[in-house]
Amino acid sequence: MDISQILQYLINGVALGSLYALIAIGYTIIYGVVGLINMAHGDFFMVAAFLTMWGVLQYNLPWYVAFAIAAIITVLLGLLVEKVAYKPLREQKTSSFIGAISVSFLIQNFFVVVFTSRSKPFPHPAILDQVLNFGKVALPVVNIAIVLVSAILFLALFYIITKTKMGRAMRAISKDLEASQLMGVDPNKIIAFAFILSTSFAAIGAFMYCSKFPYVDPFTGVVPGLKAFIGAVMGGIGSIPGAMVGGFLLGLGEIMLVAFFPELTSFRDIFAYVILILFLLFRPGGIFNVKVREEKV
Amino acid sequence: MNKSLKISTILSIFAVLLILAGSVLGEKYLDAFQIRLLNMWCIYAIMVVSFNLVYGFTGQFSLAHAGLAAIGAYTVSLLTMAPDNKQLSFFITPPIWPISVVQWPLLPSLILGGLLAAFVGYLIGAPALRLHGDYLLIVTFGFSEIIRLLLTNMPSVCNGAIGLKGIPGYANLTWMVSSLIVCIFVTKRLIDSSYGRALKCIREDEIAAEAVGVNLFRHKMLALVVSSFFVGIAGGLFSNILGTIDPNTFRPYLTYAVVTMAVLGGVRSLTGGVIAAAIYTAMSEVLRGIEAPRLFFNLQFDGLPGLRTLAFAIMLLLLILFARGGLMGSKEFSWGGVISFFQERFNRRKQEDKP
Repeated sequence: MDISQILQYLINGVALGSLYALIAIGYTIIYGVVGLINMAHGDFFMVAAFLTMWGVLQYNLPWYVAFAIAAIITVLLGLLVEKVAYKPLREQKTSSFIGAISVSFLIQNFFVVVFTSRSKPFPHPAILDQVLNFGKVALPVVNIAIVLVSAILFLALFYIITKTKMGRAMRAISKDLEASQLMGVDPNKIIAFAFILSTSFAAIGAFMYCSKFPYVDPFTGVVPGLKAFIGAVMGGIGSIPGAMVGGFLLGLGEIMLVAFFPELTSFRDIFAYVILILFLLFRPGGIFNVKVREEKV
Repeated sequence: MNKSLKISTILSIFAVLLILAGSVLGEKYLDAFQIRLLNMWCIYAIMVVSFNLVYGFTGQFSLAHAGLAAIGAYTVSLLTMAPDNKQLSFFITPPIWPISVVQWPLLPSLILGGLLAAFVGYLIGAPALRLHGDYLLIVTFGFSEIIRLLLTNMPSVCNGAIGLKGIPGYANLTWMVSSLIVCIFVTKRLIDSSYGRALKCIREDEIAAEAVGVNLFRHKMLALVVSSFFVGIAGGLFSNILGTIDPNTFRPYLTYAVVTMAVLGGVRSLTGGVIAAAIYTAMSEVLRGIEAPRLFFNLQFDGLPGLRTLAFAIMLLLLILFARGGLMGSKEFSWGGVISFFQERFNRRKQEDKP
């Protein structure tokens, strides 16, 4: 394997890693604030991608208008789900998990019933299809866009978390719910804000992901959702830098596994699950060794 | 007390004999569709009862059901299929040695399937049961998916993604019913024993249980291994009535269906589990009729694929939001209960007659 091939794999790995990181953020924000594994996150992702596609194909909207509408609907859906399904179950650990799984199946199958499960091409700006060639190395524009968008979003998120009042309240809640309430933080407002952040990351992640892998059906969100979740656990679920690093390493590692051991290609999903289990068993705090939350049974 | 215990034992034995006789007669006189429904009911009931043992009674939320059922199903199918039939099935990669020649009767293969599933349950539990809450369920889910992916990636053992075809359907209704009865009997005895009290103690408060000297790990493991054994048997029976299996038969959706049934019946009640399995099987058939495409007044009606899963998802969400106890809560069927129910009615009628 020569240097140009390695570079080629690196380019793909970095792009996939950034995508996983982008989606993993959504899991970690919710877990940090509410302590819930939001199994429906992958389906919020799918809703954003699917509605963008539907807007363009059915109503001939330009892609940015369709995407804006889809993203708004996704955020509203996230808020609705939080209000209806998650809020009443906030105290019960396993019940809220069962609730989250049923929300996930509900969204998926609602889309199957209404829009059928046929997979359709994802409309994206034509510029993203171009490929820049540097000698033997091909650099798809979509990869540049993914890395740029993720970098900007990460910086924005860091600003929100560290500098704004909302961000400070979010961190306070994830440290100690009762004490922050005594300090005058309204948890319902902050949790709603966390869901808005999480679903908007899902929507933008969906647009970037589906520009790279341009087919959408009601089950599009399942695989990236699971992978991003594994990434979030790797980094230490609940920690935002953890989710970025974990998701990034998982995507990069997956591509590198395929690059160096092509005969193991069909084992890449097993590899992801094995990593997940090893982390939970031996370092449940993840790479960043986040403090394990107190159990509320 | 002692006398009523004896009466209830006699009644139970009598009821079991009656049910077995019914299953033999049913096998003869019911049509194929009805038998299939009853078979599915028994299999789902075994799965739900074993899920309740781990979640409802021990409080450990394990999501490994689909993977364990796959172990049982593949073991039973590979052992019972005729060698010629296997050569036909494995047309891409020939099967490895012991699998290519064996052919066992159903009973030993079922038991081996159950034992293998129990062993895998032990392997999963050994690391996973030391974890709590979220971590436990993620790890068990991960193991279940790893089993499915391994089955897909081992063509010489279980024919990879193509799966197995032409599994002989040795298991008839009597097999299903007797497996269910054995499963309920063992689970019930376990729950009522001192082990069972320790399990419930773990569910209520782990720290207190440990303080009074319950070995947490050993008891949790006991529940998981017993439950895995029966899930393996249920998987084996499942493969027998399906006739063909492939790794996708054992997607996480299967576990999810079991969770739905368990919550519907009440996770702390074996009776509820059996009733919920019947309701689920019946609902599933009714909705299948609605979602299938067909001609309606000369109009092609496309049907609504996905409707079944949507309906069950909505049902589970409503249950978990508004009726977490399910149908039965933690109540169980008992002869004493039946007798006192009739006595009460009788007395009430007497009182009504009085004035």
